[in-house]
Amino acid sequence: MSSIKIRAKEEGGVTTVKALVKHPMETGQRKDKKTGKLIPAHFIQEVTCEHSGNAVMTALWGAAVSKNPYLSFKFKGASKGDTLKLNWVDNKGEKDSAETQVS
Amino acid sequence: MINMKRRTFLKGSVAAGAVSAAVGAGLLTPRMVLAAWPTAAFEAKSVDSALDALSGSHALEGSDKISIRAPDIAENGAVVPVSVTTSIDGAESISILAEKNAAPMTASFILGAGTEGFVSTRIKMGKTSSIIAVVKADGKLYSTGKEVKVTIGGCGG
Repeated sequence: MSSIKIRAKEEGGVTTVKALVKHPMETGQRKDKKTGKLIPAHFIQEVTCEHSGNAVMTALWGAAVSKNPYLSFKFKGASKGDTLKLNWVDNKGEKDSAETQVS
Repeated sequence: MINMKRRTFLKGSVAAGAVSAAVGAGLLTPRMVLAAWPTAAFEAKSVDSALDALSGSHALEGSDKISIRAPDIAENGAVVPVSVTTSIDGAESISILAEKNAAPMTASFILGAGTEGFVSTRIKMGKTSSIIAVVKADGKLYSTGKEVKVTIGGCGG
């Protein structure tokens, strides 16, 4: 199953995008309670959202974005039925992407 | 003999193809991502040095055209909802910094041409601190801040 939940709704020419990504977002500062060792940093660094080839949003994230991050933004120029694509890449090079139709 | 050569040629070209595919998929992509991600800004220990690393300047101009929506008191510092709205014309990016976090730079959102001056996300805060929203427009940095009291820190668990 995809790690991404994304919804995009167009109203009066403005499309509101809401996305949730399932990701641990480890800061690298937290200790494992059992072993006392630091849990290595593991967080999403870059999220991009494309609409018909244009990057409508590029989010650069640090480790201080919450676990299972949420992102919402608004943009103009999309019509109902258009495809919106979201990609993320984390500091270990892991990645995922998802597509949704503007409703 | 001709067939043998053909075999060798085919094998060779398939191998070369596989190598270039590996380079394209496995090596080049992460390197490009790392180049785009401003490591120095996210590792900086103060607001000023983070902004210097991100935008080359930390000369902030206070602006009433930026508003931050965040709780006055966050019970759980691990999840603090933050929304930033700006009406500044030609806003190129919105950055969110938590002043007292070990690394203040939390997130930077680069807006597309038709993207409105609005972002909403959730951040972690180690302790009570100001949240600073910085909007870059026309080569200048505009900012506003909001104090959020944290009763349980979100960093260090």
